[in-house]
Amino acid sequence: MDDNAQNLIVDSARPTPQLSRKMMEPRALRNTLLTGITWAFAIIASIPLFSVIYMLLARGGSRLFSSGFVEVLTALPPAGLQQGGGFGNAIVGTLVMVLIASAISVPFGLMAAVYLSVLDPQSRLARATRLLTKTMTGFPSILAGVFVYAILVTSFGYSALAGGVALSVLMLPTVVLAAEEAMRQVPQKMKDAAYGMGCTRTQVVTKVVLPTGLPGILTGIMLAIAGAAGESAPLLFTALFSNYHLEHLSGEPAASLSILIYNFSGMPFANQLELAWAASLVLVLIVLAFNIVARLIGTPKI
Amino acid sequence: MSALQEKSQVFVAEPFQPESDTVIDCAVNKIYYGDFLAVRDSVVPIEKKKITGFIGPSGCGKSTVLRSLNRMNDLIDIFRFEGSVMYHGQDIYAKKVDPVVVRRYIGMVFQQPNPFSMSIYDNVAFGLRLNKYKGNMDERVETALKHAALWKEVKDKLKNSGLSLSGGQQQRLCIARAVATEPDVLLMDEPCSALDPIATRMVEELMLQLKENYTLALVTHNMQQATRVADTTAFFSVDISQGGRTGYLVEMGPTQQVFEAPRESLTKDYISGQFS
Repeated sequence: MDDNAQNLIVDSARPTPQLSRKMMEPRALRNTLLTGITWAFAIIASIPLFSVIYMLLARGGSRLFSSGFVEVLTALPPAGLQQGGGFGNAIVGTLVMVLIASAISVPFGLMAAVYLSVLDPQSRLARATRLLTKTMTGFPSILAGVFVYAILVTSFGYSALAGGVALSVLMLPTVVLAAEEAMRQVPQKMKDAAYGMGCTRTQVVTKVVLPTGLPGILTGIMLAIAGAAGESAPLLFTALFSNYHLEHLSGEPAASLSILIYNFSGMPFANQLELAWAASLVLVLIVLAFNIVARLIGTPKI
Repeated sequence: MSALQEKSQVFVAEPFQPESDTVIDCAVNKIYYGDFLAVRDSVVPIEKKKITGFIGPSGCGKSTVLRSLNRMNDLIDIFRFEGSVMYHGQDIYAKKVDPVVVRRYIGMVFQQPNPFSMSIYDNVAFGLRLNKYKGNMDERVETALKHAALWKEVKDKLKNSGLSLSGGQQQRLCIARAVATEPDVLLMDEPCSALDPIATRMVEELMLQLKENYTLALVTHNMQQATRVADTTAFFSVDISQGGRTGYLVEMGPTQQVFEAPRESLTKDYISGQFS
Protein backbone atom coordinates (compact mmCIF):
# COMPACT_ATOMS: atom_id res chain seq x y z
CA MET A 1 0.00 0.00 0.00
CA ASP A 2 2.69 2.44 1.05
CA ASP A 3 4.90 1.45 -1.87
CA ASN A 4 2.11 2.17 -4.28
CA ALA A 5 1.42 5.53 -2.75
CA GLN A 6 4.98 6.59 -3.33
CA ASN A 7 4.79 5.59 -7.01
CA LEU A 8 1.72 7.68 -7.72
CA ILE A 9 2.25 10.90 -9.65
CA VAL A 10 1.63 13.95 -7.59
CA ASP A 11 -1.41 15.80 -8.98
CA SER A 12 0.51 19.00 -9.71
CA ALA A 13 3.01 17.07 -11.84
CA ARG A 14 0.27 15.43 -13.98
CA PRO A 15 0.06 17.07 -17.46
CA THR A 16 -3.32 18.36 -18.60
CA PRO A 17 -4.83 15.72 -20.95
CA GLN A 18 -5.00 16.82 -24.59
CA LEU A 19 -8.42 15.63 -25.80
CA SER A 20 -8.79 17.58 -29.05
CA ARG A 21 -8.86 15.67 -32.37
CA LYS A 22 -5.57 15.58 -34.29
CA MET A 23 -6.30 14.92 -37.96
CA MET A 24 -2.69 14.75 -39.06
CA GLU A 25 -1.54 12.10 -36.62
CA PRO A 26 -0.42 8.90 -38.45
CA ARG A 27 -3.03 6.92 -36.51
CA ALA A 28 -5.87 9.19 -37.60
CA LEU A 29 -4.62 9.29 -41.20
CA ARG A 30 -4.46 5.52 -41.40
CA ASN A 31 -7.96 5.31 -40.02
CA THR A 32 -9.34 7.73 -42.60
CA LEU A 33 -7.50 6.04 -45.44
CA LEU A 34 -8.70 2.52 -44.60
CA THR A 35 -12.27 3.69 -44.09
CA GLY A 36 -12.10 5.35 -47.51
CA ILE A 37 -10.79 2.17 -49.12
CA THR A 38 -13.60 0.03 -47.69
CA TRP A 39 -16.12 2.57 -49.00
CA ALA A 40 -14.54 2.49 -52.43
CA PHE A 41 -14.55 -1.29 -52.64
CA ALA A 42 -18.13 -1.52 -51.41
CA ILE A 43 -19.14 0.81 -54.23
CA ILE A 44 -17.05 -1.01 -56.84
CA ALA A 45 -18.55 -4.36 -55.75
CA SER A 46 -22.06 -3.11 -56.40
CA ILE A 47 -21.27 -1.62 -59.84
CA PRO A 48 -21.88 -4.88 -61.78
CA LEU A 49 -25.24 -5.40 -60.09
CA PHE A 50 -26.44 -1.88 -60.77
CA SER A 51 -25.14 -1.84 -64.33
CA VAL A 52 -26.93 -5.12 -65.08
CA ILE A 53 -30.17 -3.79 -63.63
CA TYR A 54 -29.73 -0.52 -65.51
CA MET A 55 -29.14 -2.34 -68.78
CA LEU A 56 -32.11 -4.65 -68.27
CA LEU A 57 -34.37 -1.73 -67.50
CA ALA A 58 -33.08 0.32 -70.42
CA ARG A 59 -33.25 -2.40 -73.05
CA GLY A 60 -35.94 -4.73 -71.72
CA GLY A 61 -38.08 -2.05 -70.13
CA SER A 62 -39.11 -0.41 -73.38
CA ARG A 63 -40.94 -3.54 -74.48
CA LEU A 64 -42.19 -4.61 -71.05
CA PHE A 65 -43.48 -1.25 -69.81
CA SER A 66 -45.30 -0.36 -73.02
CA SER A 67 -48.93 -0.66 -73.99
CA GLY A 68 -48.24 -4.12 -75.39
CA PHE A 69 -47.13 -5.61 -72.08
CA VAL A 70 -50.12 -7.95 -71.82
CA GLU A 71 -49.15 -9.51 -75.14
CA VAL A 72 -45.51 -9.79 -74.04
CA LEU A 73 -46.48 -11.57 -70.83
CA THR A 74 -49.07 -13.91 -72.34
CA ALA A 75 -48.52 -14.50 -76.07
CA LEU A 76 -46.47 -17.33 -77.60
CA PRO A 77 -42.94 -16.66 -78.89
CA PRO A 78 -42.87 -15.30 -82.45
CA ALA A 79 -41.32 -17.27 -85.28
CA GLY A 80 -38.62 -15.94 -87.62
CA LEU A 81 -39.47 -12.53 -89.01
CA GLN A 82 -42.88 -12.38 -87.32
CA GLN A 83 -43.56 -9.19 -85.33
CA GLY A 84 -45.07 -8.96 -81.83
CA GLY A 85 -45.47 -12.05 -79.72
CA GLY A 86 -44.30 -12.67 -76.19
CA PHE A 87 -43.23 -15.38 -73.78
CA GLY A 88 -46.29 -16.34 -71.73
CA ASN A 89 -45.53 -20.02 -72.12
CA ALA A 90 -42.00 -19.52 -70.80
CA ILE A 91 -43.20 -17.70 -67.66
CA VAL A 92 -45.70 -20.49 -66.99
CA GLY A 93 -43.04 -23.12 -67.74
CA THR A 94 -40.50 -21.59 -65.35
CA LEU A 95 -43.06 -21.25 -62.56
CA VAL A 96 -44.39 -24.79 -63.07
CA MET A 97 -40.93 -26.34 -63.06
CA VAL A 98 -39.93 -24.38 -59.95
CA LEU A 99 -43.13 -25.60 -58.30
CA ILE A 100 -42.34 -29.22 -59.19
CA ALA A 101 -38.80 -28.76 -57.90
CA SER A 102 -40.09 -27.32 -54.61
CA ALA A 103 -42.65 -30.10 -54.22
CA ILE A 104 -39.79 -32.59 -54.37
CA SER A 105 -36.98 -30.78 -52.55
CA VAL A 106 -38.92 -29.20 -49.67
CA PRO A 107 -40.31 -32.40 -48.08
CA PHE A 108 -37.06 -34.31 -48.62
CA GLY A 109 -35.00 -31.36 -47.43
CA LEU A 110 -37.10 -30.76 -44.31
CA MET A 111 -37.03 -34.42 -43.29
CA ALA A 112 -33.28 -34.58 -43.75
CA ALA A 113 -32.86 -31.33 -41.80
CA VAL A 114 -34.96 -32.67 -38.90
CA TYR A 115 -32.71 -35.70 -38.75
CA LEU A 116 -29.55 -33.59 -38.93
CA SER A 117 -30.57 -30.99 -36.38
CA VAL A 118 -32.75 -32.82 -33.86
CA LEU A 119 -32.80 -36.58 -34.10
CA ASP A 120 -29.15 -37.50 -34.29
CA PRO A 121 -26.90 -34.53 -35.10
CA GLN A 122 -23.63 -36.26 -34.24
CA SER A 123 -24.17 -39.67 -35.83
CA ARG A 124 -21.91 -40.91 -38.60
CA LEU A 125 -24.83 -40.78 -41.06
CA ALA A 126 -25.52 -37.16 -40.11
CA ARG A 127 -21.91 -36.16 -40.58
CA ALA A 128 -21.68 -37.89 -43.94
CA THR A 129 -24.95 -36.33 -45.07
CA ARG A 130 -23.81 -32.88 -44.00
CA LEU A 131 -20.53 -33.22 -45.89
CA LEU A 132 -22.25 -34.48 -49.03
CA THR A 133 -24.89 -31.77 -48.85
CA LYS A 134 -22.26 -29.06 -48.54
CA THR A 135 -20.44 -30.54 -51.52
CA MET A 136 -23.73 -30.58 -53.42
CA THR A 137 -24.16 -26.81 -53.00
CA GLY A 138 -21.26 -26.39 -55.39
CA PHE A 139 -22.55 -29.08 -57.74
CA PRO A 140 -22.20 -27.92 -61.37
CA SER A 141 -25.74 -27.26 -62.51
CA ILE A 142 -25.16 -28.76 -65.96
CA LEU A 143 -24.34 -32.08 -64.31
CA ALA A 144 -27.75 -32.04 -62.60
CA GLY A 145 -29.19 -31.79 -66.12
CA VAL A 146 -27.05 -34.61 -67.47
CA PHE A 147 -27.95 -36.77 -64.46
CA VAL A 148 -31.68 -36.35 -64.99
CA TYR A 149 -31.20 -36.77 -68.74
CA ALA A 150 -29.69 -40.18 -68.04
CA ILE A 151 -32.32 -41.39 -65.58
CA LEU A 152 -35.50 -39.82 -66.99
CA VAL A 153 -35.16 -38.23 -70.43
CA THR A 154 -33.62 -41.24 -72.18
CA SER A 155 -36.71 -43.28 -71.31
CA PHE A 156 -39.53 -40.75 -71.15
CA GLY A 157 -38.35 -37.85 -73.30
CA TYR A 158 -38.10 -34.14 -72.55
CA SER A 159 -40.71 -32.77 -70.15
CA ALA A 160 -41.50 -30.15 -67.53
CA LEU A 161 -41.36 -32.96 -64.98
CA ALA A 162 -37.77 -33.83 -65.91
CA GLY A 163 -36.90 -30.11 -65.73
CA GLY A 164 -38.45 -29.89 -62.26
CA VAL A 165 -36.51 -32.94 -61.07
CA ALA A 166 -33.25 -31.43 -62.34
CA LEU A 167 -33.97 -28.17 -60.52
CA SER A 168 -34.87 -30.07 -57.35
CA VAL A 169 -31.41 -31.65 -57.34
CA LEU A 170 -29.99 -28.13 -57.21
CA MET A 171 -32.49 -26.86 -54.63
CA LEU A 172 -32.16 -29.75 -52.20
CA PRO A 173 -28.80 -28.87 -50.57
CA THR A 174 -29.80 -25.23 -50.04
CA VAL A 175 -33.08 -26.29 -48.42
CA VAL A 176 -31.39 -28.91 -46.21
CA LEU A 177 -28.63 -26.63 -44.96
CA ALA A 178 -30.88 -23.61 -44.38
CA ALA A 179 -33.52 -25.67 -42.58
CA GLU A 180 -30.91 -27.46 -40.47
CA GLU A 181 -29.38 -24.15 -39.45
CA ALA A 182 -32.80 -22.66 -38.66
CA MET A 183 -33.79 -25.63 -36.50
CA ARG A 184 -30.41 -25.74 -34.79
CA GLN A 185 -31.00 -22.12 -33.71
CA VAL A 186 -34.00 -23.27 -31.64
CA PRO A 187 -32.60 -23.07 -28.09
CA GLN A 188 -32.13 -26.33 -26.19
CA LYS A 189 -34.03 -24.85 -23.25
CA MET A 190 -37.12 -24.55 -25.45
CA LYS A 191 -36.85 -28.22 -26.40
CA ASP A 192 -36.32 -29.11 -22.73
CA ALA A 193 -39.50 -27.22 -21.88
CA ALA A 194 -41.40 -29.25 -24.46
CA TYR A 195 -40.03 -32.55 -23.15
CA GLY A 196 -40.83 -31.37 -19.62
CA MET A 197 -44.45 -30.82 -20.66
CA GLY A 198 -44.64 -34.45 -21.72
CA CYS A 199 -44.03 -34.15 -25.45
CA THR A 200 -42.83 -37.12 -27.44
CA ARG A 201 -39.86 -36.47 -29.71
CA THR A 202 -42.19 -36.16 -32.71
CA GLN A 203 -44.27 -33.59 -30.84
CA VAL A 204 -41.16 -31.64 -29.87
CA VAL A 205 -40.31 -31.41 -33.58
CA THR A 206 -43.78 -30.63 -34.92
CA LYS A 207 -45.00 -28.35 -32.13
CA VAL A 208 -41.86 -26.50 -31.14
CA VAL A 209 -38.82 -26.95 -33.37
CA LEU A 210 -40.51 -26.57 -36.77
CA PRO A 211 -42.76 -23.61 -35.85
CA THR A 212 -39.91 -21.80 -34.10
CA GLY A 213 -37.51 -22.36 -36.98
CA LEU A 214 -40.15 -21.60 -39.63
CA PRO A 215 -38.99 -18.10 -40.64
CA GLY A 216 -35.47 -19.38 -41.26
CA ILE A 217 -36.73 -22.45 -43.07
CA LEU A 218 -38.97 -20.37 -45.36
CA THR A 219 -36.10 -17.99 -46.09
CA GLY A 220 -33.97 -20.94 -47.16
CA ILE A 221 -36.73 -22.31 -49.37
CA MET A 222 -37.29 -18.92 -51.02
CA LEU A 223 -33.59 -18.45 -51.71
CA ALA A 224 -33.41 -21.96 -53.18
CA ILE A 225 -36.41 -21.16 -55.39
CA ALA A 226 -34.85 -17.88 -56.50
CA GLY A 227 -31.69 -19.74 -57.44
CA ALA A 228 -33.54 -22.47 -59.31
CA ALA A 229 -35.74 -20.02 -61.25
CA GLY A 230 -32.71 -18.53 -62.94
CA GLU A 231 -31.06 -21.83 -63.89
CA SER A 232 -30.70 -22.64 -67.57
CA ALA A 233 -28.07 -25.37 -67.95
CA PRO A 234 -30.03 -28.17 -66.26
CA LEU A 235 -33.09 -27.36 -68.37
CA LEU A 236 -31.22 -27.72 -71.67
CA PHE A 237 -31.01 -31.46 -71.10
CA THR A 238 -34.38 -32.01 -69.48
CA ALA A 239 -37.16 -29.62 -70.48
CA LEU A 240 -35.58 -28.39 -73.73
CA PHE A 241 -37.89 -25.71 -75.11
CA SER A 242 -41.28 -25.39 -76.67
CA ASN A 243 -43.00 -22.71 -78.70
CA TYR A 244 -46.40 -23.76 -77.42
CA HIS A 245 -48.31 -23.53 -74.15
CA LEU A 246 -47.65 -26.16 -71.54
CA GLU A 247 -50.40 -28.79 -71.65
CA HIS A 248 -48.87 -31.87 -70.05
CA LEU A 249 -46.24 -32.19 -67.38
CA SER A 250 -44.70 -35.18 -69.11
CA GLY A 251 -44.30 -36.35 -72.68
CA GLU A 252 -43.69 -32.93 -74.21
CA PRO A 253 -40.85 -30.37 -73.96
CA ALA A 254 -41.58 -27.29 -71.88
CA ALA A 255 -40.60 -23.66 -72.31
CA SER A 256 -38.69 -21.68 -69.70
CA LEU A 257 -37.55 -18.07 -69.45
CA SER A 258 -33.87 -18.88 -69.18
CA ILE A 259 -33.84 -21.08 -72.31
CA LEU A 260 -35.95 -18.54 -74.19
CA ILE A 261 -33.37 -15.86 -73.36
CA TYR A 262 -30.61 -18.19 -74.54
CA ASN A 263 -32.42 -18.99 -77.80
CA PHE A 264 -33.58 -15.48 -78.67
CA SER A 265 -30.40 -13.66 -77.74
CA GLY A 266 -28.57 -15.51 -80.51
CA MET A 267 -31.09 -14.64 -83.21
CA PRO A 268 -30.50 -12.03 -85.92
CA PHE A 269 -34.02 -10.51 -85.59
CA ALA A 270 -34.64 -7.27 -83.70
CA ASN A 271 -38.04 -8.41 -82.39
CA GLN A 272 -36.60 -11.57 -80.79
CA LEU A 273 -33.65 -9.66 -79.32
CA GLU A 274 -36.02 -7.19 -77.74
CA LEU A 275 -38.09 -10.03 -76.31
CA ALA A 276 -34.92 -11.65 -74.92
CA TRP A 277 -34.17 -8.42 -73.04
CA ALA A 278 -37.73 -8.18 -71.76
CA ALA A 279 -37.65 -11.84 -70.66
CA SER A 280 -34.37 -11.20 -68.83
CA LEU A 281 -35.98 -8.35 -66.95
CA VAL A 282 -39.01 -10.51 -66.05
CA LEU A 283 -36.73 -13.29 -64.82
CA VAL A 284 -34.74 -10.90 -62.63
CA LEU A 285 -37.99 -9.47 -61.26
CA ILE A 286 -39.22 -12.98 -60.41
CA VAL A 287 -35.96 -13.80 -58.62
CA LEU A 288 -36.08 -10.42 -56.88
CA ALA A 289 -39.65 -11.05 -55.75
CA PHE A 290 -38.71 -14.38 -54.16
CA ASN A 291 -35.75 -12.73 -52.44
CA ILE A 292 -37.91 -9.95 -51.06
CA VAL A 293 -40.45 -12.48 -49.79
CA ALA A 294 -37.57 -14.37 -48.18
CA ARG A 295 -36.36 -11.24 -46.42
CA LEU A 296 -39.86 -10.39 -45.22
CA ILE A 297 -40.56 -13.80 -43.65
CA GLY A 298 -37.03 -14.14 -42.39
CA THR A 299 -37.26 -11.05 -40.19
CA PRO A 300 -37.87 -12.29 -36.65
CA LYS A 301 -41.03 -10.97 -35.07
CA ILE A 302 -41.27 -10.42 -31.32
CA MET B 1 -22.52 -36.83 15.33
CA SER B 2 -24.99 -39.62 15.03
CA ALA B 3 -24.02 -41.27 11.77
CA LEU B 4 -21.26 -43.73 11.22
CA GLN B 5 -18.28 -42.00 9.79
CA GLU B 6 -15.55 -44.52 10.24
CA LYS B 7 -13.05 -44.53 7.43
CA SER B 8 -13.97 -47.96 6.15
CA GLN B 9 -17.63 -47.13 5.76
CA VAL B 10 -19.20 -44.57 3.46
CA PHE B 11 -21.52 -42.07 5.02
CA VAL B 12 -25.23 -42.58 4.48
CA ALA B 13 -27.75 -40.08 5.77
CA GLU B 14 -30.20 -41.11 8.42
CA PRO B 15 -33.48 -41.82 6.71
CA PHE B 16 -36.06 -39.08 7.07
CA GLN B 17 -39.49 -40.34 7.98
CA PRO B 18 -42.02 -37.63 7.17
CA GLU B 19 -45.14 -37.39 9.28
CA SER B 20 -47.48 -36.56 6.42
CA ASP B 21 -48.30 -38.53 3.25
CA THR B 22 -45.72 -38.69 0.51
CA VAL B 23 -46.36 -38.46 -3.22
CA ILE B 24 -42.95 -39.55 -4.41
CA ASP B 25 -40.58 -41.86 -2.58
CA CYS B 26 -37.26 -41.48 -4.24
CA ALA B 27 -34.53 -43.89 -3.27
CA VAL B 28 -31.38 -43.28 -5.28
CA ASN B 29 -28.91 -46.09 -5.08
CA LYS B 30 -26.55 -44.80 -7.72
CA ILE B 31 -26.82 -42.34 -10.61
CA TYR B 32 -24.18 -42.51 -13.30
CA TYR B 33 -23.28 -40.33 -16.25
CA GLY B 34 -21.29 -42.84 -18.26
CA ASP B 35 -18.68 -44.15 -15.84
CA PHE B 36 -18.97 -41.12 -13.61
CA LEU B 37 -20.82 -41.75 -10.36
CA ALA B 38 -22.80 -38.54 -9.90
CA VAL B 39 -25.02 -39.34 -6.93
CA ARG B 40 -25.16 -42.21 -4.44
CA ASP B 41 -27.31 -43.42 -1.54
CA SER B 42 -29.93 -40.73 -1.20
CA VAL B 43 -33.44 -41.41 0.06
CA VAL B 44 -35.65 -38.41 -0.57
CA PRO B 45 -39.36 -38.60 0.22
CA ILE B 46 -41.48 -35.79 -1.29
CA GLU B 47 -44.44 -34.91 0.89
CA LYS B 48 -47.88 -34.16 -0.47
CA LYS B 49 -48.83 -30.49 -0.80
CA LYS B 50 -45.61 -29.31 0.76
CA ILE B 51 -42.46 -27.71 -0.58
CA THR B 52 -39.37 -29.85 -0.38
CA GLY B 53 -36.19 -27.84 -0.80
CA PHE B 54 -32.92 -29.31 -2.10
CA ILE B 55 -29.84 -27.37 -1.03
CA GLY B 56 -26.13 -27.96 -1.21
CA PRO B 57 -22.94 -26.81 -2.91
CA SER B 58 -22.48 -26.91 -6.70
CA GLY B 59 -21.99 -30.38 -8.10
CA CYS B 60 -23.68 -32.08 -5.15
CA GLY B 61 -26.23 -33.72 -7.41
CA LYS B 62 -29.32 -31.92 -6.17
CA SER B 63 -30.45 -31.00 -9.70
CA THR B 64 -29.63 -34.48 -10.95
CA VAL B 65 -31.85 -36.00 -8.26
CA LEU B 66 -34.64 -33.52 -9.01
CA ARG B 67 -34.51 -34.21 -12.74
CA SER B 68 -34.61 -37.93 -12.02
CA LEU B 69 -38.03 -37.49 -10.45
CA ASN B 70 -39.74 -37.02 -13.83
CA ARG B 71 -37.17 -38.81 -15.96
CA MET B 72 -35.88 -35.60 -17.58
CA ASN B 73 -32.40 -37.08 -17.32
CA ASP B 74 -33.42 -39.77 -19.80
CA LEU B 75 -32.75 -37.19 -22.51
CA ILE B 76 -29.05 -37.54 -21.70
CA ASP B 77 -27.83 -40.68 -23.43
CA ILE B 78 -25.20 -41.67 -20.88
CA PHE B 79 -27.48 -41.23 -17.85
CA ARG B 80 -28.08 -44.39 -15.79
CA PHE B 81 -30.30 -44.63 -12.73
CA GLU B 82 -30.11 -47.33 -10.08
CA GLY B 83 -32.74 -47.30 -7.39
CA SER B 84 -36.43 -46.56 -7.41
CA VAL B 85 -38.77 -43.61 -7.62
CA MET B 86 -42.12 -44.75 -6.31
CA TYR B 87 -45.00 -42.59 -7.46
CA HIS B 88 -48.51 -43.71 -6.42
CA GLY B 89 -47.19 -47.20 -5.86
CA GLN B 90 -45.45 -47.49 -9.25
CA ASP B 91 -41.76 -47.26 -9.90
CA ILE B 92 -41.40 -44.67 -12.67
CA TYR B 93 -38.17 -46.38 -13.69
CA ALA B 94 -39.97 -49.68 -14.29
CA LYS B 95 -39.55 -51.00 -17.84
CA LYS B 96 -43.20 -50.70 -18.79
CA VAL B 97 -43.43 -47.04 -17.75
CA ASP B 98 -43.47 -44.43 -20.54
CA PRO B 99 -41.35 -41.43 -19.46
CA VAL B 100 -43.42 -39.13 -21.68
CA VAL B 101 -46.52 -39.93 -19.62
CA VAL B 102 -44.62 -39.51 -16.34
CA ARG B 103 -43.76 -35.93 -17.35
CA ARG B 104 -47.40 -35.09 -17.87
CA TYR B 105 -48.08 -35.83 -14.19
CA ILE B 106 -44.82 -34.48 -12.82
CA GLY B 107 -44.20 -31.07 -14.40
CA MET B 108 -41.06 -29.04 -14.43
CA VAL B 109 -39.98 -25.39 -14.22
CA PHE B 110 -36.43 -24.74 -15.34
CA GLN B 111 -33.59 -22.50 -14.21
CA GLN B 112 -33.74 -20.29 -17.30
CA PRO B 113 -37.20 -19.01 -18.24
CA ASN B 114 -38.00 -20.92 -21.44
CA PRO B 115 -41.30 -19.83 -22.96
CA PHE B 116 -42.03 -21.09 -26.45
CA SER B 117 -41.76 -18.65 -29.34
CA MET B 118 -45.54 -18.27 -29.55
CA SER B 119 -48.21 -16.08 -27.99
CA ILE B 120 -48.70 -15.91 -24.22
CA TYR B 121 -52.06 -17.63 -24.65
CA ASP B 122 -50.62 -20.43 -26.77
CA ASN B 123 -47.80 -20.96 -24.28
CA VAL B 124 -50.28 -21.62 -21.49
CA ALA B 125 -52.62 -23.64 -23.72
CA PHE B 126 -49.72 -25.78 -25.00
CA GLY B 127 -50.00 -28.55 -22.43
CA LEU B 128 -53.80 -28.54 -22.55
CA ARG B 129 -53.77 -29.00 -26.32
CA LEU B 130 -51.12 -31.68 -25.91
CA ASN B 131 -53.47 -33.57 -23.61
CA LYS B 132 -56.38 -32.96 -26.02
CA TYR B 133 -58.28 -30.91 -23.46
CA LYS B 134 -61.89 -30.46 -24.62
CA GLY B 135 -63.32 -27.98 -22.12
CA ASN B 136 -63.26 -24.21 -21.99
CA MET B 137 -59.71 -23.35 -23.01
CA ASP B 138 -60.02 -19.59 -22.30
CA GLU B 139 -61.12 -20.30 -18.76
CA ARG B 140 -58.26 -22.71 -18.06
CA VAL B 141 -55.70 -20.30 -19.50
CA GLU B 142 -57.06 -17.49 -17.34
CA THR B 143 -57.04 -19.67 -14.22
CA ALA B 144 -53.49 -20.80 -14.85
CA LEU B 145 -52.28 -17.24 -15.40
CA LYS B 146 -54.07 -16.16 -12.21
CA HIS B 147 -52.43 -19.01 -10.30
CA ALA B 148 -49.10 -17.81 -11.59
CA ALA B 149 -49.88 -14.21 -10.51
CA LEU B 150 -49.43 -13.00 -14.06
CA TRP B 151 -53.00 -12.45 -15.23
CA LYS B 152 -53.23 -8.75 -14.35
CA GLU B 153 -50.05 -7.95 -16.25
CA VAL B 154 -50.88 -9.84 -19.46
CA LYS B 155 -54.65 -9.99 -19.74
CA ASP B 156 -54.70 -7.28 -22.42
CA LYS B 157 -51.87 -8.75 -24.47
CA LEU B 158 -52.47 -12.48 -24.58
CA LYS B 159 -51.72 -12.44 -28.31
CA ASN B 160 -48.21 -11.01 -27.80
CA SER B 161 -45.23 -13.30 -27.95
CA GLY B 162 -44.21 -14.94 -24.69
CA LEU B 163 -40.67 -13.83 -25.48
CA SER B 164 -41.70 -10.15 -25.28
CA LEU B 165 -42.13 -10.39 -21.49
CA SER B 166 -39.47 -9.54 -18.93
CA GLY B 167 -37.42 -12.34 -17.35
CA GLY B 168 -39.53 -12.51 -14.20
CA GLN B 169 -42.76 -12.47 -16.20
CA GLN B 170 -41.39 -15.18 -18.50
CA GLN B 171 -40.66 -17.39 -15.51
CA ARG B 172 -44.17 -16.88 -14.16
CA LEU B 173 -45.48 -17.65 -17.65
CA CYS B 174 -43.53 -20.92 -17.54
CA ILE B 175 -45.10 -21.68 -14.15
CA ALA B 176 -48.54 -20.89 -15.60
CA ARG B 177 -47.78 -23.21 -18.51
CA ALA B 178 -46.74 -25.95 -16.09
CA VAL B 179 -49.77 -25.61 -13.80
CA ALA B 180 -52.31 -25.27 -16.63
CA THR B 181 -52.48 -29.03 -17.02
CA GLU B 182 -52.82 -29.37 -13.23
CA PRO B 183 -49.91 -31.71 -12.72
CA ASP B 184 -49.64 -33.67 -9.51
CA VAL B 185 -46.13 -32.54 -8.71
CA LEU B 186 -44.14 -29.52 -9.85
CA LEU B 187 -40.36 -29.78 -9.93
CA MET B 188 -38.54 -26.45 -9.87
CA ASP B 189 -34.87 -26.38 -10.76
CA GLU B 190 -33.47 -23.11 -9.37
CA PRO B 191 -36.44 -21.17 -10.76
CA CYS B 192 -35.23 -17.82 -9.38
CA SER B 193 -31.54 -17.90 -10.21
CA ALA B 194 -32.02 -15.82 -13.36
CA LEU B 195 -34.39 -13.35 -11.71
CA ASP B 196 -33.96 -10.07 -9.86
CA PRO B 197 -34.94 -9.82 -6.16
CA ILE B 198 -38.40 -8.42 -6.86
CA ALA B 199 -39.26 -11.11 -9.37
CA THR B 200 -37.77 -13.70 -6.99
CA ARG B 201 -40.07 -12.46 -4.23
CA MET B 202 -43.09 -12.83 -6.51
CA VAL B 203 -42.15 -16.35 -7.56
CA GLU B 204 -41.58 -17.31 -3.92
CA GLU B 205 -44.99 -15.99 -2.90
CA LEU B 206 -46.39 -17.91 -5.83
CA MET B 207 -44.79 -21.14 -4.62
CA LEU B 208 -46.41 -20.70 -1.21
CA GLN B 209 -49.79 -20.26 -2.91
CA LEU B 210 -49.24 -23.19 -5.24
CA LYS B 211 -48.59 -25.64 -2.42
CA GLU B 212 -52.26 -25.45 -1.49
CA ASN B 213 -52.98 -27.42 -4.66
CA TYR B 214 -49.70 -28.95 -5.73
CA THR B 215 -46.72 -30.78 -4.38
CA LEU B 216 -43.51 -28.88 -5.02
CA ALA B 217 -39.87 -29.86 -5.06
CA LEU B 218 -37.40 -27.00 -5.31
CA VAL B 219 -33.70 -26.92 -5.99
CA THR B 220 -32.10 -23.70 -4.78
CA HIS B 221 -28.65 -22.25 -4.33
CA ASN B 222 -30.09 -19.68 -2.02
CA MET B 223 -30.34 -20.89 1.58
CA GLN B 224 -32.52 -17.96 2.58
CA GLN B 225 -34.95 -19.02 -0.10
CA ALA B 226 -35.09 -22.52 1.37
CA THR B 227 -35.84 -21.11 4.83
CA ARG B 228 -38.50 -18.82 3.38
CA VAL B 229 -40.46 -21.36 1.37
CA ALA B 230 -39.45 -24.96 2.05
CA ASP B 231 -41.31 -27.08 4.60
CA THR B 232 -38.76 -29.84 4.39
CA THR B 233 -35.12 -29.44 3.41
CA ALA B 234 -32.71 -31.97 2.00
CA PHE B 235 -29.05 -31.06 2.24
CA PHE B 236 -26.69 -32.68 -0.29
CA SER B 237 -22.94 -32.56 -0.34
CA VAL B 238 -20.07 -33.69 -2.53
CA ASP B 239 -17.83 -36.56 -1.62
CA ILE B 240 -14.36 -36.07 -3.09
CA SER B 241 -12.66 -38.65 -0.86
CA GLN B 242 -12.66 -41.42 -3.47
CA GLY B 243 -11.22 -39.30 -6.25
CA GLY B 244 -14.54 -38.59 -7.93
CA ARG B 245 -17.10 -35.91 -7.26
CA THR B 246 -20.02 -37.89 -6.03
CA GLY B 247 -23.02 -36.16 -4.52
CA TYR B 248 -25.03 -37.67 -1.69
CA LEU B 249 -27.72 -36.76 0.79
CA VAL B 250 -26.30 -35.60 4.13
CA GLU B 251 -29.38 -34.70 6.06
CA MET B 252 -33.07 -34.27 5.52
CA GLY B 253 -35.72 -33.01 7.84
CA PRO B 254 -38.13 -30.19 8.62
CA THR B 255 -36.55 -26.96 7.39
CA GLN B 256 -36.47 -25.36 10.83
CA GLN B 257 -34.70 -28.34 12.35
CA VAL B 258 -32.16 -28.56 9.52
CA PHE B 259 -31.26 -24.89 9.80
CA GLU B 260 -31.50 -24.40 13.56
CA ALA B 261 -30.41 -27.75 14.90
CA PRO B 262 -28.60 -29.68 12.19
CA ARG B 263 -27.66 -33.22 13.15
CA GLU B 264 -24.56 -33.35 10.96
CA SER B 265 -21.53 -31.13 11.28
CA LEU B 266 -21.34 -30.88 7.46
CA THR B 267 -24.79 -29.33 7.39
CA LYS B 268 -23.91 -26.97 10.18
CA ASP B 269 -20.75 -25.82 8.40
CA TYR B 270 -22.58 -25.27 5.14
CA ILE B 271 -25.47 -23.27 6.51
CA SER B 272 -23.20 -21.16 8.66
CA GLY B 273 -21.04 -20.43 5.62
CA GLN B 274 -18.00 -22.49 6.62
CA PHE B 275 -17.07 -24.57 3.62
CA SER B 276 -14.48 -27.21 3.91
